[in-house]
Amino acid sequence: MQDVWKTYPNGTHALQGVSLQIDRSEFVYVVGPSGAGKSTFMKLIYREEVPTKGQISVNGFNLGKLKQRNIPLLRRNIGVIFQDYRLLPKLTAYENVAFAMEVIEAPRKIMKKRVMEVLDLVGLKNKANREPAHLSGGEQQRVAIARAIVNNPSVIVADEPTGNLDPETSWGIMQLLDEINFRGTTIVMATHNKEIVNTMRKRVLAIENGHVVRDQLRGEYGYEF
Amino acid sequence: MNFNTLLRHFREGTKNVFRNGWMSVASMLSIVVSLSLLGVALLLVLNLDRAADEVDRQVEISVYLNLDIQQADRDRVEQEIRDMPEVQELTFVSKEEGLEEMRETLGDAMVKGYEETGTNPLPDMYKVQVIEATTVPFVADKILALNDGRPEAPIYEVDYGKGTAEKLFQWTQTIRIVGLVLVIGLGVMAMFLIANTIKVTIIARRREIAIMKLVGATNRFIRWPFFIEGVLVGMTGSALTLAILLYAYSRVELAASSWKAALFTMIPLHEIWLWFSILILGLGFLIGAWGSTISIRKFLKV
Ligand SMILES: Nc1ncnc2c1ncn2[C@@H]1O[C@H](COP(=O)(O)OP(=O)(O)OP(=O)(O)O)[C@@H](O)[C@H]1O
Ligand SMILES: [Mg+2]
Repeated sequence: MQDVWKTYPNGTHALQGVSLQIDRSEFVYVVGPSGAGKSTFMKLIYREEVPTKGQISVNGFNLGKLKQRNIPLLRRNIGVIFQDYRLLPKLTAYENVAFAMEVIEAPRKIMKKRVMEVLDLVGLKNKANREPAHLSGGEQQRVAIARAIVNNPSVIVADEPTGNLDPETSWGIMQLLDEINFRGTTIVMATHNKEIVNTMRKRVLAIENGHVVRDQLRGEYGYEF
Repeated sequence: MNFNTLLRHFREGTKNVFRNGWMSVASMLSIVVSLSLLGVALLLVLNLDRAADEVDRQVEISVYLNLDIQQADRDRVEQEIRDMPEVQELTFVSKEEGLEEMRETLGDAMVKGYEETGTNPLPDMYKVQVIEATTVPFVADKILALNDGRPEAPIYEVDYGKGTAEKLFQWTQTIRIVGLVLVIGLGVMAMFLIANTIKVTIIARRREIAIMKLVGATNRFIRWPFFIEGVLVGMTGSALTLAILLYAYSRVELAASSWKAALFTMIPLHEIWLWFSILILGLGFLIGAWGSTISIRKFLKV
């Protein structure tokens, strides 16, 4: 990411001159006060937003030159996880995860096996046929994680994945993400959870007012609220 | 896109109809209501038009020949009338047949006197039917003009119920215009009803589409199941409409056929059911396809 600026149409300067690099297999926390620009930073990675100025390259895709019709290709290589899960409400857990594989036109046989495999990994094998409405928040987030990893993406972008969960459930999710990272997937995670950041000791990016104010390996949360 | 994916789209599209339960039912009902309105209006107008046609056709021109007409003159007049491009049919009614007709309409008593004395005051005549009813007055004048420049006029009188005929034409013309306005009006209403249903569906779908795009689905991938779902809903709705309309029509036709005194008859079902079915089903298909296409186009740009 090179000298990236993002100004929303309403004139908000969400990011102002951000330059940084995230390497393969890194685990990066993005912290900072509310409204600092964390979500904007994440959205730029999976190209929900385009920078007003500057260059971004992800997985060898130069996002500035990425054609509209190639965006899906980029997104198939990035798993996204949100605070509000964003599952398709009318599909079962299984169907939600399978959807990501249908999109890449995976053969059905391989798909069945792989979906059950990741559901097993997130501990939801026996709830595969439930719809999101019949799962707890933590379980829904696990389905979202399963969906994010099912295609073996090289990057996972998680925007406050534990934002709606109680501490214990949050730790379960963190362990899962750590394990996924251990297998070689890059993880970029925005969070307000001080305890998690301080315990895990990974790289920490602090954003304030659209600027990166701190970038530490094995860093700490560093805010007191 | 490979074959498996296509199958997947069909499967998903079908499942979506059920997943969206009430929404599908609501869309289907709105299609049934609109198409029924349109169908009823169309059937009504077609039948009124036919009735108007039939009434028009009952207007004919009577050409009375002079009593002392020569056979050669008669043949020439007949040929000349036959040759007029506006004329569809020409029937000769001899004075004896005329008397017979008189007996039927006025009764035996009137005719008896003539029969006993062997005198028949009626002239020979032609009944002329024209192709286009509105040309009746014009053709009548043209026939009378055959007398011009002949020393012995072959035609005694030309008659076509002046006045009544013209009123009748006006009346049938009005029916046609009213019918057309009715069909157009109901068509517009049906479109609004359907557009509104689509709007409601869109809003419900907006979030789902955004999620699909985040997972890396292409527009085409998202569009297909929607398209199939829309077409299924449209076709089911129109099939339902068709069943209702055809059944109702057959009942009305049955009831009308026992009603002897009718001035005109209904179009028999077997004459119209095929193209009417194609029309209604085709509309159902178009509404479904069009509706689902425009309803997601907006949200694909995420
Ligand atoms: N779509 C948008 N249009 C206009 N302004 C926006 C938009 N999205 C975000 N902003 C503004 O940009 C700034 C950064 O927002 P962002 O969502 O990146 O913050 P954040 O760090 O994720 O905050 P939080 O911790 O509350 O999630 C804020 O001032 C916000 O109001
Ligand atoms: Mg945010």
